[in-house]
Amino acid sequence: MDNVLIEFRHVSKLYQMGDTLVKAADDISLEIYKGEFVAILGKSGSGKSTCMNIIGCLDVPTSGEFLLDGRNVGHMNKNELAEFRNEKLGFIFQQYNLLPKMSILENVEVPLMYAGITGRDRRQRAAEMLESVGLGNKLKNLPSQLSGGQQQRVSIARALVCSPAIILADEPTGALDGKTGTEVLELLRKLNEDGNTVVLITHDNSIAAAAKRIIRLSDGKKIFDGPVDDPRAFATPAMPVSAGGEAY
Amino acid sequence: MKLKESIKQALKTIWGSKLRALLTMLGVIIGIAAVMVIVGVGSGLQSYMLEQFQQFGTNTLTVTVVGRNSSRSVSVDDMYQIVEDNGQYLDKISPTVQMQGSIKIGTETISTTSATGVSEEYFSIKGYTVEQGRGLRYVDISQRKKVCVIGKYVAETWFGDNAVGQTLKIGGNTYTIVGVLSQEDDEMDEGGTDDAVYLPYSTASRLSGTAISSYTITVVSEDTASESKTAVENALYAIFDDEDAYSVISMTEMLSMMTDMINVMITVLTVIAGISLVVGGIGIMNIMLVSVSERTREIGIRKALGAKERYIMSQFVIESLVMSAIGGLIGIAAGYGISAVASVLITALTDTAIAVTPTAQSIGIAFGVSAAIGILFGYLPAKKAARLNPIDALRFE
Repeated sequence: MDNVLIEFRHVSKLYQMGDTLVKAADDISLEIYKGEFVAILGKSGSGKSTCMNIIGCLDVPTSGEFLLDGRNVGHMNKNELAEFRNEKLGFIFQQYNLLPKMSILENVEVPLMYAGITGRDRRQRAAEMLESVGLGNKLKNLPSQLSGGQQQRVSIARALVCSPAIILADEPTGALDGKTGTEVLELLRKLNEDGNTVVLITHDNSIAAAAKRIIRLSDGKKIFDGPVDDPRAFATPAMPVSAGGEAY
Repeated sequence: MKLKESIKQALKTIWGSKLRALLTMLGVIIGIAAVMVIVGVGSGLQSYMLEQFQQFGTNTLTVTVVGRNSSRSVSVDDMYQIVEDNGQYLDKISPTVQMQGSIKIGTETISTTSATGVSEEYFSIKGYTVEQGRGLRYVDISQRKKVCVIGKYVAETWFGDNAVGQTLKIGGNTYTIVGVLSQEDDEMDEGGTDDAVYLPYSTASRLSGTAISSYTITVVSEDTASESKTAVENALYAIFDDEDAYSVISMTEMLSMMTDMINVMITVLTVIAGISLVVGGIGIMNIMLVSVSERTREIGIRKALGAKERYIMSQFVIESLVMSAIGGLIGIAAGYGISAVASVLITALTDTAIAVTPTAQSIGIAFGVSAAIGILFGYLPAKKAARLNPIDALRFE
């Protein structure tokens, strides 16, 4: 299929934890298409972080195949993975993960720098991106001089600056209060409307509800995959998820 | 990623923790400064010695005949013959007789001025020129005339401008001054080269009652100084059949011996100072390792954003390189400062003008070494940083 962006084919991931072998992902198969807004939902230990790491090209499956934009990531070496991350992925982290000693402009320049873009061109692209998230007047500020919501917008600008194929947001509202969290989700929804593919990783049902499609994981297995308005999306007899949830 | 950009980033990081960076650099700073000063002292010492030896004349041999017993001896004529026989090595000869008695000028007795009996060729051997009057002549020597040539210092101090024709007394004998030499030292001092009286060696020997036992011989070329020395030694050995009966000292040979000794000393000291450079390098490595673990999260973020291992690697290596290079530059500045102070102190305390001069070569090597230390000791921490697993690095708190 032409529009398949992310494809898991029987992906399993095993970790050696001391003497025991942990199955963090157990035979997961899924497909995510271009232009989708998908939430991967699950509580701590469900395997959602493992999925995120694999989608984020930070990790490769133990068995099975993972294809991103038609390329088999499992066969890539570290350098190719780094290049692929730079080119295809925009990360938005829970803790913003901005570099504290650099101005927000420099922060947004970092992915462009690794993409080999230099000088004035780079600065201009980064500045434009910050302007589009409403921070055009704070380019020289350090991250610590901004509020949490502003910092998360910087990290969104950084994620978008290389025009990635996928925006991968890991608990993007986790460190924000309700109102700013909603704003960030709104921003993600807008990005999706503009044609971006957004994958949201969360443990929180109310956050996941912002997405159009829900993939629920539990104990390393996919237990639900369907549209957000499906009544089974948030309720299973085995695992009622409370809105507060536990920290990832 | 360009080198310029990496260096800019490294400078920024270093500037971000100035005190720590300075303390880290301290080892390199001290090491570089120490190496520079030690090499500077060595080269200063060497040029000082060279200057001193050049006063004696590096192209001369000094022959002292002790004699073995009364039955065998060499006469002045024998010595002249030896020089003539070895024309390919030896050039000129002058006997030298040190007079013991004190010199009297008018009613003043002076003890610092040296009086030496020499031949008519002595001044040309030494490269002295006669400023007023005349030098010594062969007839002065053959007829044992009571004449003398005086140094500039003696002339100026005791006679003003018209020394020629006046007299002075050595050991009770009156000598007529026939010439004044021009100034030889840069500064005329009591007891220096210019504070001297020269008279015919024949007169000096006769009146002081000492046998002529000392000779100054010039060699044809400094390059064949040791062959020249061997030639004189062989000739004297043929006469005395005893190595203890004479000694031949070559100034060039002595100079090179002294130079070798100083070089060994300086090399040993430099190696010791070099150890502090290694210690400084280990200090840099240590702080880079700390920096890598402190910045684990940053490394994780950078990797997630697409930094390849070699970018992370070069970032840390360049940071360590920049740090040790800055340390090297500060060390060079400190080395210059210490050298200047040391020169003043040595001159003031020992009354010898040894200028501690850091050589361009030692500065170049010092800077090169500090940069190399940065790369060498930055490599391991950088490798560690580059190898970090991005997932673990991102989770790191």
